[in-house]
Amino acid sequence: MIKVQAEDFDIGAELAALSEGRHEIGGLAVFVGLVRAKVANDGAPAAIDAMTLEHYPGMTEKMLAGIEREAQERWPLSASLIIHRYGRLVPGDRIVMTACASAHRHAAFEACEFLMDWLKTKAPFWKLEEQDGEGAWVDARDSDEAARKRWETS
Amino acid sequence: MKLLYFAWVKTRIGLAEEEVDPPAEVATVGDLMTWLAARGPGYAAAFAEPERLRAAVNQDFAQMAAPISQSDEVAFFPPVTGG
Repeated sequence: MIKVQAEDFDIGAELAALSEGRHEIGGLAVFVGLVRAKVANDGAPAAIDAMTLEHYPGMTEKMLAGIEREAQERWPLSASLIIHRYGRLVPGDRIVMTACASAHRHAAFEACEFLMDWLKTKAPFWKLEEQDGEGAWVDARDSDEAARKRWETS
Repeated sequence: MKLLYFAWVKTRIGLAEEEVDPPAEVATVGDLMTWLAARGPGYAAAFAEPERLRAAVNQDFAQMAAPISQSDEVAFFPPVTGG
């Protein structure tokens, strides 16, 4: 399931809904991404006041659904969930959540990490960081691309 | 042709989206970038470093050599930074 939304989400309620009545599920892995107050730009740490996430409505849903389908094909998942927020967020706010349910833990853990690594480089979101009233677009990181590449199958 | 711009591409051009009617010789994503770059200083700034840009045609990532047509939705943006 894919949810792209401005509003916050309730982790417990989302996980309960995902596994409700699904007694074949033996493990549920979840990742939650938060807005971090301190960011490192060119090695120098700086505090941010807020962050605005922009996205490409339509393509976002299409890419996330494709990433989820890929995970479903690679691992024996009973259920999966990707929630990604957009709009203005402040440090401590939840940005993203991925959850994968399977009969056993390994598939759930691996698929959950896969979803995040793919989402980081394929989902059309852009972060604008605010500091002292100034906005700066966040640059993509090579380490995120490297993280995605390790899942490539030859 | 519908064009969409995101993040600093949008702020440099000063538009989030527009309809354009490029000449017939504009046949690929790369051609479109070259044609757009000549439309004004904001466009020139947005397309000054093509290697820093990504493109999508009809909401799928596309290479510079990808063909485009009048009915396509084409988007230009920097590498994504979600998650």
